[in-house]
Amino acid sequence: MSNAWFWALGATLLAVLWLAGRLITNEYVFFMGYAVAQYILLATAWNLLGGYAGYINFGTAAFFALGAYVSVAINKLVEVPLPVLILAGALAAGAVGLAMGYLTLKLRGVFFSIATLALAIVAQAAVTNWEFVGGASGAYLLRPSEGPWGGSYVEYLFYVMLVMAVGAVALARTIERSTVGLGLSAIRDDELVAEAYGVPTLRLKLLVTMLSGALMGMAGAPLPFYVAYLDPPSAFNLSYAVNTIAMPLIGGTGTWIGPVIGAVLLTMVQQTAMVTISSAFNLMLVGLLMVAFITLAPNGIVGLVRNLRRQA
Amino acid sequence: MLDPLAVLNAVMAGVLLGGFYASVALGIAIAFGMLDIPNLSHPAFVVVGAFATWLLNSQLGLDPVLAGLVMAPPFFVLGALLYRLYHVCFERRGDAALQGLAFFFGILFITEVALVLTAGADYRSVAAPYIGASLTFGSITLPGRMLVPFFVSIAMIGLLHQFLTRSFTGRAIQAVSQDPVALRLMGVSPTRIKTLAFGLATATAAVAGSLLIIIEPVEPSIGRDFIGRAFAVVVLGGMGSFYGMLLASIILGITESIVSDMWNPSWAPAIAFGFLLPTLAFRSSGLLGRKL
Amino acid sequence: MTQPLLAVNGLAKQFGGFTALADISLHVMAGERLGLIGPNGSGKTTLVNCISGTVPISAGSVTLDNRRIDGLPPHQRARLGLVRSFQLPRPFGSLTVADNLRVATVYAGRSGAAGIPELLEMVGLKGKADRLPRELTQIEMRKLELARAMAATPRLLIVDEAMAGLSHAEVDEIVALLLQLSAQGVTIIMIEHIMRAVMSFSQRLICVVAGRKVADGNPDEVTGNPEVLKAYLGE
Repeated sequence: MSNAWFWALGATLLAVLWLAGRLITNEYVFFMGYAVAQYILLATAWNLLGGYAGYINFGTAAFFALGAYVSVAINKLVEVPLPVLILAGALAAGAVGLAMGYLTLKLRGVFFSIATLALAIVAQAAVTNWEFVGGASGAYLLRPSEGPWGGSYVEYLFYVMLVMAVGAVALARTIERSTVGLGLSAIRDDELVAEAYGVPTLRLKLLVTMLSGALMGMAGAPLPFYVAYLDPPSAFNLSYAVNTIAMPLIGGTGTWIGPVIGAVLLTMVQQTAMVTISSAFNLMLVGLLMVAFITLAPNGIVGLVRNLRRQA
Repeated sequence: MLDPLAVLNAVMAGVLLGGFYASVALGIAIAFGMLDIPNLSHPAFVVVGAFATWLLNSQLGLDPVLAGLVMAPPFFVLGALLYRLYHVCFERRGDAALQGLAFFFGILFITEVALVLTAGADYRSVAAPYIGASLTFGSITLPGRMLVPFFVSIAMIGLLHQFLTRSFTGRAIQAVSQDPVALRLMGVSPTRIKTLAFGLATATAAVAGSLLIIIEPVEPSIGRDFIGRAFAVVVLGGMGSFYGMLLASIILGITESIVSDMWNPSWAPAIAFGFLLPTLAFRSSGLLGRKL
Repeated sequence: MTQPLLAVNGLAKQFGGFTALADISLHVMAGERLGLIGPNGSGKTTLVNCISGTVPISAGSVTLDNRRIDGLPPHQRARLGLVRSFQLPRPFGSLTVADNLRVATVYAGRSGAAGIPELLEMVGLKGKADRLPRELTQIEMRKLELARAMAATPRLLIVDEAMAGLSHAEVDEIVALLLQLSAQGVTIIMIEHIMRAVMSFSQRLICVVAGRKVADGNPDEVTGNPEVLKAYLGE
């Protein structure tokens, strides 16, 4: 898809959805839409590091929850508009990503991944002990009654998340097509050789870790308003980590469209399963799908479609 | 002020705890330390072992340690099958790195959810004569529920170490990731050896699980607390070294125990991370082992 | 005497208790064609890894154009013009042949150099620009490896056993390619077992045995050197 088409599509989507939002009165649609947009954002963010560079982050929850809890903390001190909270979340999570990356990216990818897992646990312990944001008992946030243009606040949340998701996808696409994306692919395929041919591997990895973390923090910043009650077990829920890995894996990790496909598909599937069967079973489904795709279709849906096209 | 007696008790408790941690980390020491297979799902199998122990203990009145030993053979088979799947899908293809990790993470997750679906999310515990009893030496008290796991763990590690250093198969396991070609030239299939080793690693999970549920009540998600601990002590101890891992486990146990008693118990799982990061960043060959 | 392009002084490398390289000193003049020979396991590839920075050195120094580079990461050395190819071809599997070169051009190449189509033409891979590496034959992969190294616009190119397992004619092809490069001014170090290639290509020969340099000079003298013969043929 060429540049002109992409931007046109993106702009049209945003305009259409905003208009549609003005017409819809059923709040549930906005709740659902928020969830889908949030996962598009998370999956895209994860894929920058996981799909493009080949480094798996198991600690999505750490960055995501950090964004959420920074929102809670700031909100307790002073009332600021949502975009400011989002910026704060991005900065905090980006900084953590940079710090952790600096400590672990010089080693094999396996150790980076293990460190991300451990990071999520440490972050959860830290937040659980942080009385200011409610600690283990959680925090309540008053959701404003309406958004800046009159509709419900949830409609506003949905739209903010949507804009961020579209922005993240645009960023991913830009990176993918740039020399940075070329360097990341080289790192993913053979980091040693990439380094030997001039690719500044550490610098690129740090950049992407920081971006990925920041985007995840941005995804978490509106969460407290969305759920109105936030506690560590829900903010740090393992399902965030699993979903943000499963979605790009199922959709396809090599390109920006994979995470989008995976996010939309999996969110729909989970909503259905949760409503028709049970929420525990829905988690099992995600896990099984993820393992099934990793073992049988490692290039995801995008890969399957490409294979079909080549055979046609 | 710090009461020296309280500190001493905390240290002793930490030693026992650390000895137990080593039994959990043993499987990782074999799978990851020796075979280079990043098996993130190992702690989940430990929890499965704990639940299996609970079942055998509550339904048949079986002693927990015995239950763990009984479960070891089926776990061995499970591990062997899991390795075969991993080998066919990832090791052979050569992109073991990215996909393999995600694969084991998926298995970890599925296992945990399966436990919740079958056994429920409640805490379970076992009963045995030594749980609740304790040995007292002067002013030091050693609870039975920590002592028994400690000794079983040490025994298991010692036994496996003997096996790996004295038997032909054991030494083949040590050799397999260092020089698979040489192994083949000796008529030994590296895949078969790895299957065996991975099965062994998973079998230790059964025993470690039984020890876990002796020490404390268990619910499906606590496996996650052990991922950081297990990998931290394997790395800190030096990848291939059992005794390094044991030493690191004990150091970890003591640190956690002191921090728990003197400060705040909810920080305990995070301490392993505090061990892991600096080790990775500064001294990647660990205490007694080879460089990463 | 003019400055050597590459100067290695007292280089040593230990892996744990094992000494892979001990007290290696050598120099290469700009435009020279240097051959590096030695029995298997003598440390040739380790030497290359040390010079290119893939592996840190335990002692000594490496200087490129009078500038110490042994503290620099590999990617910076590549940008300074020190490029090495790999013994077993290691292409970027998910990138096309052209993109494989593009990585080198973008990240290590200097401006004004030959374009990717020209490079592919030079190695005879012009028609395969959009193929993936797994679709190439063995010799095509070797050529890709070389083309990629060339795309990094090297001033000093270290070619690590690019000809193992190739046929007579294929060996000649690669040697001709390297001679062509040399004529364009690139300094080349060739590591090889195939003596025919080394002898026809090199102006000077260095022999490394068990981590030490045992001979350095005229190709005919070096191959007649008793220590060299002993290393290859035994006592």
